[in-house]
Amino acid sequence: MRELKILAVLVVFTGLLYFGVEPYAHTQLHKHVDAPEYSFKDVDGLKGMTGNAKAGEAIVQANCIACHALEKIGFPKLMDDATSAASYGVVPPDLSTSGLLYNADYLAAFIKNPAKATQTEHKFKDGAVHPMPNYDWMQPQEIADMVSYLQSIAPKSVTNKEAFADACQRCHAIKYGDMLNGTMASFTPDSNIKAYMGKMPPDLSQYIKSRSEQYLHEFVNAPQKHLDGTAMPRVGLTEAAEAQVIDYMIEVGDSSRDARAELGPKFLIYFLIFAIFAWLWKAKIWRDLH
Amino acid sequence: MAKITKANSLGEWFDQRLNTTAFTKVMMTEYWIPKDINFLWAMGVVLAVTFKILIISGIFLMMYYKPDVNMAFDSVNYTIMQEVAYGWLFRHMHGVAASVIFLVIYIHMFTGIYYGSYKKGREMIWITGMLLFVTFSAAGFSGYMLPWGQMSYWAASVITNLFAGGSLEAWGLVEWIRGGFTVNDATLTRFFMLHVFLLPLAIIMIIAVHFYTLRIPHVNNQNSADIDFDAEAEKYLSGDKKGSKVIPFWPVFLSKDFAVLGVFFIFYFYLVFFHFNFAMDPVNFDPADSMKTPAHIYPEWYFLWSYETLRGPFFDMMGMKAADIGLIIFGMAQGIFLVFPFLDRDPDVLPAHKRPLFNIWFWLLLLDLIVLSVYGKLPPSGANAYVGFAATAVFLALWAALPIITKIDAKRRGAV
Repeated sequence: MRELKILAVLVVFTGLLYFGVEPYAHTQLHKHVDAPEYSFKDVDGLKGMTGNAKAGEAIVQANCIACHALEKIGFPKLMDDATSAASYGVVPPDLSTSGLLYNADYLAAFIKNPAKATQTEHKFKDGAVHPMPNYDWMQPQEIADMVSYLQSIAPKSVTNKEAFADACQRCHAIKYGDMLNGTMASFTPDSNIKAYMGKMPPDLSQYIKSRSEQYLHEFVNAPQKHLDGTAMPRVGLTEAAEAQVIDYMIEVGDSSRDARAELGPKFLIYFLIFAIFAWLWKAKIWRDLH
Repeated sequence: MAKITKANSLGEWFDQRLNTTAFTKVMMTEYWIPKDINFLWAMGVVLAVTFKILIISGIFLMMYYKPDVNMAFDSVNYTIMQEVAYGWLFRHMHGVAASVIFLVIYIHMFTGIYYGSYKKGREMIWITGMLLFVTFSAAGFSGYMLPWGQMSYWAASVITNLFAGGSLEAWGLVEWIRGGFTVNDATLTRFFMLHVFLLPLAIIMIIAVHFYTLRIPHVNNQNSADIDFDAEAEKYLSGDKKGSKVIPFWPVFLSKDFAVLGVFFIFYFYLVFFHFNFAMDPVNFDPADSMKTPAHIYPEWYFLWSYETLRGPFFDMMGMKAADIGLIIFGMAQGIFLVFPFLDRDPDVLPAHKRPLFNIWFWLLLLDLIVLSVYGKLPPSGANAYVGFAATAVFLALWAALPIITKIDAKRRGAV
């Protein structure tokens, strides 16, 4: 009985200390922001308009492919990454998967005014302009048609790695994804991306560890909420695409997750059995003593 | 020359040469421990086992770790965590054990304080124990630097800076410790040496001395009863196990330790597999960057209380700079536990619940250390700074009061 009392004291004080330095301290150390919002209600989007993919095809081919590749339907990159980074500041994205990865309203808003949709207008002032020009002079219907076209050519699904590559890798490296061959370096060369963003965008190999999953979702969905004034654009990923990006970061940065879940219970069962036998042995030996 | 005859068994062969039978008696079967103990008496063995886990997992980690500023981070987070089979398991075991061992050290320490197991002949047990606390702290600090993340780097910067002695400005000493003007490759390599060689060696030697110091004054018991160990051992050996107040180390004492170890392992491996974040700060998964200070710099939980005494005094007083006052209190906090036996003026060995004022003192100290720890982690702004300051003041007041209240307790009992 006395031993249980002592154990209770131990648990209470340890619990108090733990609560104070872990969960409680973390609520005080980190900023609280609203949950991610995936319908992008704030943007100047489609406003319920539906587009015509066929009409959109002509508009996209007339306006986009001078800079953007559409590799999957036969419009390859016109320049290698280094050259296009030198020309534009940052490598322009291939648009093959954009209809799948990005929210349709966001896409429409982005085409109209990229700096505004990405919430990076603070970066583009005093003569600095977003490398992609605004298309807000177009008719809303034309914009809806383009979005519709991009959706029509997008694949039904992409792998987690493809989602990451298309959404993040133009600026971010994730070198642990391919340590040997270095294919997970950022598409834009370091010197260009550093100049374009103001500082080197971090390698994301361990971001799943250094930032919580919740933080990553909140941050990717709306970077300014956590880091006011950051150069990181809001990219407008759909909830599903964002989940794929973060799953890829888990695969690369926390590859033992499944192994832990698999092995952990076995260890615990082993030591549970060990503890039972140890107590029985102890009881047997101490029986003669009292 | 020992009498060597033809041995009939391997045991006998060794016995003739190494005197193993007598050795086993002295170390195990006739090493006497009081019977009146509770599970807190198992913490010594729990510590020894946790230390063994640290050594074994550490050896495996050392096979892949690279003590070089350009390779350290990736050797830990890529090679060990993603590539090496079960590398993640060894790292988690090592990191969690390093954290949990301090919890057990604190329990072990406060058990000693509660039951008065540091005086009347047991001073050397206490002092060697505190030396272990210091060497374990150094091992924890040096080990924390090795993954070369942001916290590794900045904690190393902040702590090595302390050796400048505030206004003494002993920058030469800081440079000498770091092997450079700032924390750099030389710092990492020498802390690696300390962590994997010098400190473990020192710890193992001090553990041996710590065990030896127990032999003469013997282990204390729950009611601090003065036991005639020779007479009680005689009783036990003659078959009166129920009447004897002592038990042999093996198998009786250890059987209880194994039972406690079983429960401890369940707790420990639960943390290793499912709850390891508390021992591996997220900030340390950002690679070290000397150009970017993290928003909050704080040590691991077990250093938080002393860290808070360092930054608790946040304003200048009595013509001294706040930083200097903090440093003095911090220095005192590191050493004060070492002289505990000499601050306690009560000549009797008694558990705290039989020493009225000391009992209050004990629980206040425990609570104050918890408050210091929590506020050591919180950002020191607004009301937090004042709570930290007040807790630091209480910490000082408690130590100043210790000789007085222990004397009063003794007087009321009629002991002095």
